[in-house]
Amino acid sequence: MTTNGYDIIEKKSKRSEKTRKIITYIGLVFWAFIVLFPFYWMILTSVKTYSSYNSEYIPKFFTLSPTIQNYIDAFTAVPLSRYFLNTLFFAIVTTAAMLIVIILSAFAFARLEFKGRNLLFSFFLSLMMIPNELVIITNFVTITNLGLRNTFTGLILPSITSVFYIYLLKENFEQIPEELYKAAKVDGTSDFKYLMKVMIPICQPTIVTITILKVIECWNSYVWPRLITDNEAYFLVSNGIQAIRENGFGRENIPAMMAAVVVISVPLVILFLIFHKKIMAGVSRGGTKG
Amino acid sequence: MRKLRPWLYLLPAIAFLGVFMVYPLIDVMIYSVEEGYNSASQTYFGVGLYNFRYVLRDPYFIQALKNTFILVIITVPLSTGIGLLIAVALNSIQKLKDLFQTIFFLPYVTNTLAVGLVFMILFKKTAYSDGLINVLIQAFGGNGVDFIDGPYWAKMFVLCFYTVWVVLPFKILILTSALASVNPDYYKAAKIDGTSRWRTFYKITLPMISPMIFYLIITGFIGAFKAYSDAVALFGTDLNAAGMNTIVGYVYDMLYGNGGGYPSYASAAALILFAIVMTITCINLLLSRQNDA
Amino acid sequence: MKVILEHLTKRYPNHTKGGADVIAVNDFNFEIPDGKLIGLLGPSGCGKSTTLNLISGLETPTEGKIWFGEDDVTHLPPEHRGVGLVFQSYALYPHMTVRQNIMFPLQNLKGKDKLSKEEMNAKVEEAAKLVQIDALMERKPGQMSGGQQQRVAIARALVKRPRILLLDEPLSNLDARLRLQTREEIRRIQMETGITTVFVTHDQEEAMSISDEIVVMEKGILQQIGAPQNVYDEPYNLFVAKFLGTPAINVFEGEVKNGRLWIGDENVLDVSGVEDQPVSVGIRPEGFELSENGPFHTNLVQVEVMGRDTSVVSTHPCCVSGSIRSIIAAENTVIPVDGKVGFALKPSKVHIFSKKDTLRIPYPEQQRKGL
Repeated sequence: MTTNGYDIIEKKSKRSEKTRKIITYIGLVFWAFIVLFPFYWMILTSVKTYSSYNSEYIPKFFTLSPTIQNYIDAFTAVPLSRYFLNTLFFAIVTTAAMLIVIILSAFAFARLEFKGRNLLFSFFLSLMMIPNELVIITNFVTITNLGLRNTFTGLILPSITSVFYIYLLKENFEQIPEELYKAAKVDGTSDFKYLMKVMIPICQPTIVTITILKVIECWNSYVWPRLITDNEAYFLVSNGIQAIRENGFGRENIPAMMAAVVVISVPLVILFLIFHKKIMAGVSRGGTKG
Repeated sequence: MRKLRPWLYLLPAIAFLGVFMVYPLIDVMIYSVEEGYNSASQTYFGVGLYNFRYVLRDPYFIQALKNTFILVIITVPLSTGIGLLIAVALNSIQKLKDLFQTIFFLPYVTNTLAVGLVFMILFKKTAYSDGLINVLIQAFGGNGVDFIDGPYWAKMFVLCFYTVWVVLPFKILILTSALASVNPDYYKAAKIDGTSRWRTFYKITLPMISPMIFYLIITGFIGAFKAYSDAVALFGTDLNAAGMNTIVGYVYDMLYGNGGGYPSYASAAALILFAIVMTITCINLLLSRQNDA
Repeated sequence: MKVILEHLTKRYPNHTKGGADVIAVNDFNFEIPDGKLIGLLGPSGCGKSTTLNLISGLETPTEGKIWFGEDDVTHLPPEHRGVGLVFQSYALYPHMTVRQNIMFPLQNLKGKDKLSKEEMNAKVEEAAKLVQIDALMERKPGQMSGGQQQRVAIARALVKRPRILLLDEPLSNLDARLRLQTREEIRRIQMETGITTVFVTHDQEEAMSISDEIVVMEKGILQQIGAPQNVYDEPYNLFVAKFLGTPAINVFEGEVKNGRLWIGDENVLDVSGVEDQPVSVGIRPEGFELSENGPFHTNLVQVEVMGRDTSVVSTHPCCVSGSIRSIIAAENTVIPVDGKVGFALKPSKVHIFSKKDTLRIPYPEQQRKGL
């Protein structure tokens, strides 16, 4: 082949490389736009005044006179701060209780010897297949019969265990060399002390990831709280937002509604921005939505 | 005492799982065959399959079944395909990759109900405004339609669109890491051999990440069959009235809410859903086995 | 096909603020003669893999040119260069059989190069026979040993009859016995096909045993090119001397005074003709001869009997390369006097290096006795 022939090939491949790059970036920017636009729109709408929003037949993409009135409304006209605190309380207590339960059982499965350990663990794993929808019916009846509707106890109890997180943590615990356990035994360290002083600190990254994922799950939970609470005093943000939608500010006060939406979305977005590496790593290790 | 200690560590987990997982699982089957159960008096007439027959004849359930199937059939392939496309694009760039990845993951951490409201106002027609989407459609010469209170296909479109928006982050994340874990030597070898991009993708990349794709399809099916809160976010709690109920929505409505108080019907419906999901999962697994062989 | 690298330079921009660019390959010039097997040798991170990638076209140089014969291929994409590349990880497609793996490059051919099914099959069979895996055609890579996978990888690289065959650390994933076998195999295949071959490795023994010529690199800079024995006998500088040979060369601080080489307070060798200066002295393990009255004494640590020969481990205050290893014939018995053992030195195995630029300083005595 002549040098000339090579030149043409060379130019061609360079040009198509460039076109491909441009198309790729255009596609990615397009999807980023679709992802981000609802967030932009909710913030934008939340700072438009009620009258200006309703007078815009063709919605404007910006506003020159932002107002915080909607945020004031969101906290005064409906008990948004109450929903907010309820959810915070619910998330913290549920996550803390769950951590205790799963750490104890993951430790037992990972390090303690007892009869039927593998059998019991397989049984636990098989429970992962059971959809929440199947057991929620009886749980609803159980909680109702116990008189725990409209209480935090009733909200929290069924979400305290997660087989998946037990599994995740057990795998992580097992990666700690057995020698450490033996060394601790030789030194006369009790099982519990070993768990607290050695295993938990070593597996801290996983525990932090589980914590974050559970908090997100609690923050977004909707179905169970909806079944178990009908008293506003116990609403979580999801139920609160639904209540606001149905009769909160009067149906058409969209800007105030969006202000409420912004308020309940912000904590998670902040959490995400701080921990995005951890969250994404945790989810890719096997989390699923919800 | 020594022998008991492990069980002490396990006691909380066993107790909670027993009360809130194992017992309900048995109980739901009992409920489903108790005919004419009265939740006030907690009595029933007899045992049989009447509950299943009732549910399967209930037009609301049929509607929910139809909605769910349409949703599944559209969103699972679509979201997996788009997810793959985006993951491939993400993997082919260096600059801004982390930024894009973070942005694309954002919907995962948002409250489904809250963001659903934003989608609602974008798509809804009101007395004051046709909504942004309709304005756009009209600007391109189309006829506006109320996506929230209008014709069935329009409502289904929004539901599918929102569902894809919500489930994509997970798929993009999983596929991006699957793609990144393919040994780059394979691509170098293909490049030396002059393999075209499409052929490299089809013959090398796809087979290498196919286990992950199957995993996503299975979890996608399971997730989509359980769709509920997306629909509530868009159309409100009275999904039957909107004609947009899902199977899970039907279960909850039977249990509680306006038409509630029928745990037997709810149980029967939930078991039907479980059977459908199990069947589809098994078919998927069989297909993936065949594919491996 | 002759390959010429001309002022080849590859720079990677450093993204950390204020950091200097990383120069992986620095102003490289050399010529690979047609039909030869060249060993590209150096410690990890020396730029040898980058050089290979530049030749294959997976990367393009920042400066300089690459010629395949009369063709300037500097900016040509890899598929138009006609190169075959074998990876350290083999990069065999796990979901394809051996046959499909080998056939894969042929199926990419388009236009006038397109082959019929029969032609493809014939070529695949031929390549498989050449590397002697024609009995395993329907297996998948996962069902084969490392050595067999290596053969498949070579067959896949050869099936298109490349102008140049490139091997990137092809033996490092094999166990010691297989490595020996496979490198002979590579040599045989290269001889049979006559394809110009470049072989990257960090293992000097591997490179020396099969290459027609070796190219020693460090930090992106070419240190020396030559036939293996020549490079070993006449290292260009201290780095090359230290890098080639196992056990490694023993290095001492020494001084040249009035035509004599001094290590510590012992006058060990005649180096007349060399100017007075402090020097680094490199003595190959085989450069020692047991001699009670020899000019050089070290403190004996232990004697390791290896069967074929004996390795004497000792120390010396001027030694800068850890303990001294000397290899002597097995018949000899080491009898230390006061813990010291005496040696005579073979001038052909003793190199002196300038302290200034680490270059080797030849001296007449070495030339005469060495040949």
